[in-house]
Amino acid sequence: MKVRIRFSKLGKIRWTSHRDVARMWERAFRRLQLPLAYSEGFSPRPKVSFGLALPTGHESQAEYLDVEFAPGAEIDIEELLPRLSPALPQGVDATGAVAIEPGTPSLQEAVTLSTWRFAAVWPDRSPGRGATLVASLLEAPELVVPRFRKGEEVLEDVRPGILSLRVLGDEEIPSDYLSEGAVAPGNGGLTDGLWLEADLAAQPRSLRPTDVVRALGPEASERYVRRLNQWISRDGARWEPVAALPDATDAPQAFGRAS
Amino acid sequence: METLWPQLEPLLARVQKPARYIGCEDGALSPNPGPRDVRWLLLYPDTYEIGLPNQGLQILYELINERPDAIAERSYAPWVDMEAELRRARLPLFSLESHSPAAAFDVLAFNLSAELVFTNLLNCVDLAGVPVRAEQRRPEHPLVIAGGHCTYNPEPLADFVDAFVIGDGEEVVAEITEVLHEWKASGRSEGSRAAVLRRLASVPGVYVPSMYEVTYDGPRLVAVTPRYPDVPAVVEKRTITDLGAWPYPKHQLVPMTEVVHDRLNVEIFRGCTRGCRFCQAGMITRPVRERPAAQVRQMVSDGLARTGYDEVTLTSLSSADYSGIDQVVDGIINDPACGGQVSVSLPSLRVDAFTVGIASQIQKVRRTGLTFAPEAGTWRMRQVINKLITEEDLYGAVDSAYSQGWRRIKLYFLTGLPTETDADTMGIAELARNCVAIGRRHNKSASATVSLGGFVPKPQTPFQWFGQETVAGLARRIGMLRDATRRDKGIQLRWHDPKATLAEGIASRGDRRIGAVIEDVWRAGGTFQEWTEHFDLTRWSDAMARHGLSIDWYVHRERDRDELMPWAHISAGLHADFLWQEWEDARSMHVTPDCRWTPCYDCGACTEYGLEHVVASTVPPAGGSQGTGQDLSRGGAGGGGPVPVLLRTGPR
Repeated sequence: MKVRIRFSKLGKIRWTSHRDVARMWERAFRRLQLPLAYSEGFSPRPKVSFGLALPTGHESQAEYLDVEFAPGAEIDIEELLPRLSPALPQGVDATGAVAIEPGTPSLQEAVTLSTWRFAAVWPDRSPGRGATLVASLLEAPELVVPRFRKGEEVLEDVRPGILSLRVLGDEEIPSDYLSEGAVAPGNGGLTDGLWLEADLAAQPRSLRPTDVVRALGPEASERYVRRLNQWISRDGARWEPVAALPDATDAPQAFGRAS
Repeated sequence: METLWPQLEPLLARVQKPARYIGCEDGALSPNPGPRDVRWLLLYPDTYEIGLPNQGLQILYELINERPDAIAERSYAPWVDMEAELRRARLPLFSLESHSPAAAFDVLAFNLSAELVFTNLLNCVDLAGVPVRAEQRRPEHPLVIAGGHCTYNPEPLADFVDAFVIGDGEEVVAEITEVLHEWKASGRSEGSRAAVLRRLASVPGVYVPSMYEVTYDGPRLVAVTPRYPDVPAVVEKRTITDLGAWPYPKHQLVPMTEVVHDRLNVEIFRGCTRGCRFCQAGMITRPVRERPAAQVRQMVSDGLARTGYDEVTLTSLSSADYSGIDQVVDGIINDPACGGQVSVSLPSLRVDAFTVGIASQIQKVRRTGLTFAPEAGTWRMRQVINKLITEEDLYGAVDSAYSQGWRRIKLYFLTGLPTETDADTMGIAELARNCVAIGRRHNKSASATVSLGGFVPKPQTPFQWFGQETVAGLARRIGMLRDATRRDKGIQLRWHDPKATLAEGIASRGDRRIGAVIEDVWRAGGTFQEWTEHFDLTRWSDAMARHGLSIDWYVHRERDRDELMPWAHISAGLHADFLWQEWEDARSMHVTPDCRWTPCYDCGACTEYGLEHVVASTVPPAGGSQGTGQDLSRGGAGGGGPVPVLLRTGPR
């Protein structure tokens, strides 16, 4: 039996890596003594696979993993879900789970885009400059920026991967960022940048907010990056990977295309 | 306490491995101190990955936080990139729990396990915004305390550390907290710093360097004299008599990012009586105090369930010597609660077939490498250092390892040992070659990795009088072995940089005058000296020259019996006569048996303090000589019957 789990990664823990998160989950599964399926061979590992890697330092409300249980193990998902978060570190919480059929495409194959919210900041911001830059970015036929792939810098056109991009404003830091351990509290708003929200393609290669910010110019830098959703899309429709869950239909920030 | 997190967080995007600086470990506490509570900041002056697993620091962390009148947080040396960011942003060193400034604590308590981190201690104190020299600190500054094995010669750090703690910390940490509590309650007024240090100096096991006058005659140390009548002339180490009374850490910290020894660690005994003459840990931690087997099993099963780890290390200086180790290991791997997925590892494997048998039981998977430490290449040399492994022991162990599926073994050796001849050095190549030949009988790709360390004589050991081998001498020996093994495809030779061995020698047996050298090395940017990319011997040799100190005199000179050692006023209980006799015996190749299986030869560690070994079995373990060079089937060197050791008793 395979189960797909959605989880969040918020606060200080976001400074851990994708590999660190994998180890947190392995320890949590062992703590709960869940009957996992193990790989064969000299060094058996539990069969857990994670979706798109989240860059170290970025937060997320929508991370996913698929876990396979040992043959014959019967898992009650309603009973399992509330037990997961207490076995996980503070800042990592399981927010949804669903059984998946054998042969379901992996997260890596299935997820086509992510919705992100983040701030782009400039050292010398003049009023309206950000919005102008965003508008010209969306009009550009191509946006060639340097990206790091396997440790090497390559030039790549990121424009096709920017499915939507909109300016949220520059005043307030959304209140849910000010929870314990989250970004700088006491900051009344962005004084040096603006909030953006973007749908970025995960296929054929995963585009990240970092790439968008780089396309805004060499002086721009990113801050407060958070993944809001991951989506599986087909034929114009899209749904989130734990869509079978009742609360998944009203997943946060399910915007349509803004550009 | 005031948190620096909002200012620190923007820096994290610019440094390697930011998870080093967030805390968030499982088992970490979030203490909320009252205004009267004593605030300890426990520091490990090396990277987070190396410092986090340190068990001594974790034990004290729990003991202090269990008290109603004190709290403890932790900090580690920031890596060079983070240090640069902190200095640029004018931010201080911070704690990992609340991200409070280090100087907001009452005491900065360092764990010193290696001499090459001394400059990191200075750097951490400086990053905390506290003057590095103890004499320049004011009442508002925290006290700087240090414990750990390096404090058995505290003198090189005497200018920088307000108080040293010698020996086991479990009990004395409470006594220190009480003294600090009064200091804090008194308002830390002008002049109170000297008073609190004077009070600490009379706590047994605490050494306050500023309470002692040091006199020299030319280069020679003449006397170390207490300045006041209530200050002890000799500071005796602290020893906990019953490890079973201290089942700590109860909640081992589980880091969120990769560290060394990233698994459950359970200490199964403290102390070692094998009597290897080069080994400082074995000399200063006597006697042997075993943890009761039932408690070991309980700590393992509770620890695994709580942490979610699937691997446990049973730690000690020689874990295969634990009474009934095979049954304990068997109990763990067959514990149904552990689901059959738990692996056990034993550090410091003894060299014999019995031990390999245990190793094969616990490493059912991943048979990549097995490590043995014969330490020297010939039986003659091993008699000198009292590491009594016979060739039969070694070859039996090696044969057993290769025959049970290991393809590679690792062999640890020291070079530059007292009386070492070229034949002794070349014996290393021959031993390694024979091991590979044995391995080839079982597996065509059998190989051996030979790891060579340059020997550094350590204080409080029989070799404290020895003149350390020079850089050129060590390089020559390494070169001989490299040439000798060049054509042996099965042997890979690795060695430590002899220049780092020299720097370690300067710091290990130095007196107070070496403090100025350590400060110069630090000021020249010499932090993380055990990291090859940050080490440069010229910083050390330049500083020695600048202060008119001779490397030859401090490092390479053989001392005579009458010389006053800089650490003579610090005692691990060992009689000076015993250490000298061992030094003479070494040079005449007389061996000293393991006192656990043979009658007491009165080294002083037990008799001085009214202690006994605390062990669970009077019967020597089965199988070969157990690396003792003795026939243990006859009850060791004493011959016949059970060995006279005491069963789990307290002080007499």
